[in-house]
Amino acid sequence: MKRRTALKFAAALALTTSLATGAVSAETIKIGAAAPKTGPLAGGAAVSQWPNVQLWAAQVNERGGINVGGTMMPVEVIEYDDQTNPGETIKAIQRLATQDEVNFIVSPYGTGLVVAAAPIFARYGYPLIAVSAITDQQPALSKQFPDMFFTLGTTSALAEDTVKILTDMRDGGQLGNKIAMVNVADAFGIELAEVARGKFKEAGFEIVYDTSYPLGTQDLSPVMKGAKAAAPDAFVAWSYPPDTFALTEQAIIEDLQVQAFYTAVATPFPAYGARFGAAANGVMGPGGVNVDDPKFQEYAAAHETITGAKPDFWASATTYASLQILEQSIEAVGLDRKAVADHLRSGTFDTVLGPISFDENNNNQAFWTVGQWQDGVFKGVASRNRDGAVPVILKNGWK
Amino acid sequence: MTGTDIRNLCLSALALGICALLPLSGSGYWLSIGVTIVMFTALATSWALFSGPTHYISLATAAFFGVGTYVTALGFETLPFWSLVGIAAILGALLAALVGLATLRLSGVYFVIFTLGLAELVRQVITWIQNRSGQKGLYVLTDISEADIYWMLLALAGAVFLAGWLIGRSRLGFALRIIGDDETVAVHSGINTALSKVLLFMVPGSVAAMTGAILAPRYVYIEPSLAFAPMLSFQVVIMALLGGAGRLWGPLVGVIPFTLLWESISSSFPQQTTLLLGVAFLVIVYLLPRGFIGLLDQIRQRTAPKDAEAQA
Amino acid sequence: MDILITGLLLGGTYALIAMGLNLQYGVARIMNLANGEMLVAGGFAAFWMYTGGQISPFLTIFLLAPLTFALNWLIYKIMLQPLVKRAKTRGQLETDSILATFGLSFVMVGLMLMVFGGDYFNYSYLARPVVIAGDTFALNRVASFLGAVVICGALYIWLNRSRPGLSIRAIAVAPDSARLVGINVGQLAALAFALGGAVTAVGGALLSTYLTLDASTGVIFTLKALIIVIMGGVGDVRGTIVAALLLGVVETLVATLLDPGLTLAAAYTLFILILLFRPQGLFGKKPT
Repeated sequence: MKRRTALKFAAALALTTSLATGAVSAETIKIGAAAPKTGPLAGGAAVSQWPNVQLWAAQVNERGGINVGGTMMPVEVIEYDDQTNPGETIKAIQRLATQDEVNFIVSPYGTGLVVAAAPIFARYGYPLIAVSAITDQQPALSKQFPDMFFTLGTTSALAEDTVKILTDMRDGGQLGNKIAMVNVADAFGIELAEVARGKFKEAGFEIVYDTSYPLGTQDLSPVMKGAKAAAPDAFVAWSYPPDTFALTEQAIIEDLQVQAFYTAVATPFPAYGARFGAAANGVMGPGGVNVDDPKFQEYAAAHETITGAKPDFWASATTYASLQILEQSIEAVGLDRKAVADHLRSGTFDTVLGPISFDENNNNQAFWTVGQWQDGVFKGVASRNRDGAVPVILKNGWK
Repeated sequence: MTGTDIRNLCLSALALGICALLPLSGSGYWLSIGVTIVMFTALATSWALFSGPTHYISLATAAFFGVGTYVTALGFETLPFWSLVGIAAILGALLAALVGLATLRLSGVYFVIFTLGLAELVRQVITWIQNRSGQKGLYVLTDISEADIYWMLLALAGAVFLAGWLIGRSRLGFALRIIGDDETVAVHSGINTALSKVLLFMVPGSVAAMTGAILAPRYVYIEPSLAFAPMLSFQVVIMALLGGAGRLWGPLVGVIPFTLLWESISSSFPQQTTLLLGVAFLVIVYLLPRGFIGLLDQIRQRTAPKDAEAQA
Repeated sequence: MDILITGLLLGGTYALIAMGLNLQYGVARIMNLANGEMLVAGGFAAFWMYTGGQISPFLTIFLLAPLTFALNWLIYKIMLQPLVKRAKTRGQLETDSILATFGLSFVMVGLMLMVFGGDYFNYSYLARPVVIAGDTFALNRVASFLGAVVICGALYIWLNRSRPGLSIRAIAVAPDSARLVGINVGQLAALAFALGGAVTAVGGALLSTYLTLDASTGVIFTLKALIIVIMGGVGDVRGTIVAALLLGVVETLVATLLDPGLTLAAAYTLFILILLFRPQGLFGKKPT
């Protein structure tokens, strides 16, 4: 903890110095970033968003900068706290575009905030490579905002692949037919539960427990007791960070015996593995990565050295990849934003996750959908067009 | 109507007209700050219309605002936009009337917490309904620009000022001032205190709902945790109190410096925004005990010729 | 039976959240909007001691209590006493304290952010099942419930038996008359505020054994605490305890028998009903 504070302080200091010197040198590329440092989404952004911006900028500058038409230009990051408030996000992006006149802007964090900022990106011609915006509205959004790109996948893919994993397990004789499903009553949870409900029924599962709970519920034991009483074979929760931890802890307390256990946001966080240790083994969640890929291992090591924290196994690497995409596009066509946007549409990018390109809806077609904690690492078990998925294991008790 | 009144009206109309020119300046940055200022002016002024004379502190702004955003989110595909603003106004007023009838007999602090609970209750119920009906995330994709939103909010703010001015001159306003001074006296002089308060409470209710309806296209994505964020209620109270809730233009005097201060802190100290906002806040509370209005009065007194020696 | 125990355990959690605010608001007349931040700070301290030095949260609180007592004493003396002195009416003080503590809550969030960063933090402590009356419950929740019982019991006895306690109650009931019978209102208000802050921080340390917190979550607890305090009746320890337990049981009942999605809606409905039919709260004195 101490080391991290010191590192943060050093980073802040480095930023101030770079700001001070950056004003003089015209040779820097200015990158804007606005995301929550406070408010309800700050906890997630502190894991998945901010460290990657810091890491990427540090690495680029260590290399001497980005190669723009033969000259190496270092990057300078201008950060704002949007306080998890769409009004503030809009103001911050405006400020970055018109006052700071940055060259490019990193996507904000969280579906609501990203989408609120999209019109501003469009008005000033900034390409928007969205990460933490998972939605099925991609066709409509990219039609309205042609320079908006999506990297982390769709709601439907996330829900469908989870259902598919469970279906495969059932058809392989590893899993019974009874599902308990709960969701947090917020847009994200409601949307995923709705898709999953239909898919489970289609696949012939019996949903024996199906309920929602409000955001910020302090005691989830009634939920877990209800689920247990329904004697399910698999438990699926479309949950947010505090409840992901609380549901898992309640499952351990209640000794919920299921063959598959799934919780959503925060399951791929290193804090989850650290908190539950061996009990996390077999827990499934969204995302995942190919942990055997040397590129990912190299990234994870650098992440820990430079930011003092481990990356998560979902949005972290994708956030970093979105910055790599931006970097490669700038190297290819220079600082002209229109050219970069066009290049994003047509190019293929070599990232820490493997190659990424965008389809006609500006959607990345290759992403991880389901991961699972196996021996202290959150490994990808299902993906769309990604290699390296490992076989899923049964959840075998909580010891 | 006296000559001063006419002069004031003309001046206000002129000021409004000048404000309306802001989008033509072409600066999107100042426009977005303008939207924030106008939005809080409408909210805080209408809030103070009710809370100034009655001394009731309402934390229900977020409830009405959220209802308004949901009206737009649910109806923008089927109904014309202006009608949605109207529906929001009616719903907001109805909700306020219901709440008012039930609660305005509560004394001060109970009313504060009650309104806070109300905002949360409305949010929970809407979330639950959304969950039951399997409603997916609500996207308000329109071609309404930020300038349109600015003009609509400006018109709304103008209307609030006009309403405030008219109420101040009406029997209702007179009754309310008596209630604020001494409720017992008001009752004895035959004023229907409950009815007066309920009527007045409907004003901030419907204004906040309209503000929400107008702003929904700007937020694009509507979800309960953003639409009903309790922070909004607090911001409105604080801006109004900082300005001074006792006068019609008091909140405006709070909103403008506060928004600019907020903006300059957010832009200059991105790492410590929250900390410095808090510090700035405390400084204001301790140094300006009577709000910005108190400060202005003080300056006016100092510059008055009688106190000339004080300046020497 | 299961529902009752689960509900009571949750009620214990709520009592920890609200008890400190009750002292601060009921006696010192400060509607402290920074209450939740004090709770999160207590949780942070427990987290830090546990992960850094493997020190049990149940030991940390003995260190935390005097520290936060002193801190809150200073906050009252430096920040709030001037407001109390300059306020001419109760309403003025209420307005001023809302503004000041709102600013304070921002400052505290900012400080915690600087020191600890914005991550979620939690740790596993006593996350074992314990069987009571044939049903399983989390040991950390049971332990912190017992903590709540001890704290509330001690407060109740202190307020009803000791001299300063009785004086504090006198202030809560009739501040003006209390002054007339020679009670040093200013000093005791500071004592009550400091004590309230310490209770809140200790509560936060106990809650951190099973809740996931981050620097910005304080406001959630402030809202809950305000509602419980008002429901129970301002300045009455019994009221807060009963309100907290009632809320816990009702939420659990609704979650188990009806729909967990409606728990908070039910809580607010209950709150609103109580206010409508007993505006002074469950145990509050009728205003004359």
